[in-house]
Amino acid sequence: MSAKSESHAAPAEPTLPQAATIRAAALVAILAFLMVAPFLFYPIFLMKLLCFALFASAFNLLLGYTGFLSFGHAAFFGGAAYVSAHAVKEWGVTPEVGILLGVAFAAALGLVMGLIAIRRTGIYFAMITLALSQMFFFFCLQAPFTHGEDGLQGVPRGHLFGVIDLSSQTNMYFFVLAVFLLGVGIVWRFVNSPFGMILKSIRENEARAVSLGYSVAGYKLGAFVMSAALAGLAGGTKALVFQFATLTDVAWQMSGEVILMTLLGGIGTLIGPVVGAGLVVTLQNYLATSDFPVTIITGVVFMVCVLLFRRGLIGEFYASRLGRRLGFRPER
Amino acid sequence: MTTTALLSVEGLHGWYGESHVLHGVDLQVNEGETICILGRNGMGKTTTLRAIMGILKRREGTIRFAGQSMIGLPLHRSARAGLGFVPEERGIFSSLSVEENLMLPPKVAEGGMSVAEIYDLFPNLAERRNSQGTKLSGGEQQMLAMARILRTGARCLLLDEPTEGLAPVIIQRIGEVLAELKKRGMTVVLVEQNFRFAARVADRFYLMDHGRMTAEFPVAQLPDRMEMLNRELGV
Amino acid sequence: MIFGIPMVALMGQLLVGLINGSFYALLSLGLAVIFGLLRVINFAHGAQYMVGAFAALLLLKMGGVGYWWAVILAPVIVGLLSAVVERTMLRRLYDLDPLYGLLFTFGLALTVEGIFRYYFGASGQPYSPPKELAGAVNLGFMFLPIYRGWVVIASLVVCLAVWFLIEKTKLGAYLRAATENPILVQSFGVNVPLLLTGTYALGAGLAAFAGVLAAPVYQVSPLMGSNLIIIVFAVVVVGGMGSIMGAIVTGYLLGIAEGLTKVFYPEASNIVIFVIMAVVLILRPAGLFGKEA
Repeated sequence: MSAKSESHAAPAEPTLPQAATIRAAALVAILAFLMVAPFLFYPIFLMKLLCFALFASAFNLLLGYTGFLSFGHAAFFGGAAYVSAHAVKEWGVTPEVGILLGVAFAAALGLVMGLIAIRRTGIYFAMITLALSQMFFFFCLQAPFTHGEDGLQGVPRGHLFGVIDLSSQTNMYFFVLAVFLLGVGIVWRFVNSPFGMILKSIRENEARAVSLGYSVAGYKLGAFVMSAALAGLAGGTKALVFQFATLTDVAWQMSGEVILMTLLGGIGTLIGPVVGAGLVVTLQNYLATSDFPVTIITGVVFMVCVLLFRRGLIGEFYASRLGRRLGFRPER
Repeated sequence: MTTTALLSVEGLHGWYGESHVLHGVDLQVNEGETICILGRNGMGKTTTLRAIMGILKRREGTIRFAGQSMIGLPLHRSARAGLGFVPEERGIFSSLSVEENLMLPPKVAEGGMSVAEIYDLFPNLAERRNSQGTKLSGGEQQMLAMARILRTGARCLLLDEPTEGLAPVIIQRIGEVLAELKKRGMTVVLVEQNFRFAARVADRFYLMDHGRMTAEFPVAQLPDRMEMLNRELGV
Repeated sequence: MIFGIPMVALMGQLLVGLINGSFYALLSLGLAVIFGLLRVINFAHGAQYMVGAFAALLLLKMGGVGYWWAVILAPVIVGLLSAVVERTMLRRLYDLDPLYGLLFTFGLALTVEGIFRYYFGASGQPYSPPKELAGAVNLGFMFLPIYRGWVVIASLVVCLAVWFLIEKTKLGAYLRAATENPILVQSFGVNVPLLLTGTYALGAGLAAFAGVLAAPVYQVSPLMGSNLIIIVFAVVVVGGMGSIMGAIVTGYLLGIAEGLTKVFYPEASNIVIFVIMAVVLILRPAGLFGKEA
């Protein structure tokens, strides 16, 4: 997607000589904060945040870097949640195996959905992913092993690698943090890899990519499956954090939520989805205790973002003078 | 000299996005005249027509038509004032038949040609009236594009490269149509690269270079200007 | 008995399918009309349908205004409100990637549904059909509730009227031409921005009309639009958005397909339209009546 009305180039802003150092220092500071955070904030809240930040990053891999808006990512997130929860609870596997099974499921589902959806682009792609994930929702509603409206409850955290007891919130937090860093690292690596470069060229000029001999469909499908798998990683982990998996995880509202997180934070930026997820999860937490209708706020934020704020928070920052001075370049 | 010109353009600047394309264009057209804007590719001829019409969104300067200021009017109001635009691509609608294409533009004033008169002037359009608009040949589409504006009662026609890509026989036909229009007192602003065609139909010429007019002369002075035109246009 | 199913059951489900199909046809028609000219996928269509139903309900409860007035007033009210939304907000997005239009209308849908959910709760409220349409008629092989018959006929009439408007009238010619080249049509002196607003209002009005028709059949609830809209998306993908008639025909066909599935394989009836969509996408990606490859 591109915000065509903002396509004029930002005036050249000299990068501060210390820009690279500042960016590195900021990164270190954030990591340091993440290490001590569980001792300052409620760990479950932080873990929820990390899971959704990973989910949003996975989604952004598809939207921000490939230009495909998927309205059905809840299927991968929730589907993996169900599979991981079931594997750990019913089959008694260790948590990391459970999560990997969830990832595998999400990737497979991504392959199937992708094969169907890739046949159209743009809006049609979005509508198809929505319809397919709704189909998956109905399947989950009726399948016996999901326990329908009740969901899969009482999922044990288990022992990581058979050794580390994850029922301790601190242990679980650091595990989730590791998963998050791994996931985001994969996204970063993917975007900057040759595969990612080709995807970017497909997004900019598909006809030329085809004429250069690239199997465009193959690359699009690869990105879709990768995005689905990482969303599955987030979902499987989330199932262990909260120790349940429900229909909410596969509902279209969840797909909408992850879109909002990415839009709010900044499409096509690496930390944008993380920031967006942080904001949305915090807001939901805050509103959960009050009487205020979350849906209305979500809807209004969506509209405001689309009308006025398309680059998202991080995108706006990157495009601002300070951002450019610090050496950030907006995606487009 | 002239009394009040029907179309008067002074100091027209125009932008495509950030790109400053027109650098102060001046143009005067009297009622009943056929004016031709000459110039190489990319010098701003089409942009000038689009700016006069109001299709170009960012424009500054003075544009007066029939005593009314056109700057600041939305596109559909410029048309209602009596300006008719025939684009280079002709713009025949594929989801409409020839007759539907012909009848589409609303009447903006009295004095437009009737459908009967149009079918008289363009007999092959009459034959094909129920065909799909885009099934026509290039030349026929050009006729249709012109014909539908003639129905509306527009007083001034802005024609963008009407002969482009057409066979000599069709070009001849278009020349005849323009002569007929001239007899009826129609005002025409023509953008043309086909110099020979322009020389037959125009009363006055403007030469355009890099977004502004660099020369203006009546058709009588054409022989004297040939050398200059050869240089500028490579004809 | 046909294929081991009693005739009454088969006819009953076919009727249900035809009724659902009527709503699918009306709604996908509205979506197709809006998309054709504005290039926007109107996610808020389900919400407009819901508001139409609520308008009928509230007109009755608060104003004592009955069904026959509601059938006209509700679409007008929803149409006007939607026109305001288009004028003030939606039109700023026309120059952008069409996905932004989808996201904006998605946000609008959430907001409107959230508001109605806040005030009316999530459960459905009944709305009685007008007494002129109450009761049933005995067709021999089944009893046909008169209101349901009315739904099918009314939706068919409205669909065909819209088709006629677009394909056979001057206004429709403006719409079809503006779909191809809005700037050129504007250069002829046609007020295309007004045409855009009117088209959005028409689409919204169609959704609201469907809502009023639906109120006695499905109960009036804030959630009635959101699950329906996703199915309508699938209908629209199956039909392809190339033609108005295609949208109408596909709506009825898929409704009937759904009804038949309910008879022979009830567990799949929820998802059969999605399955058909998947199959169509594999075999003919442009949709049954679609134009682009």
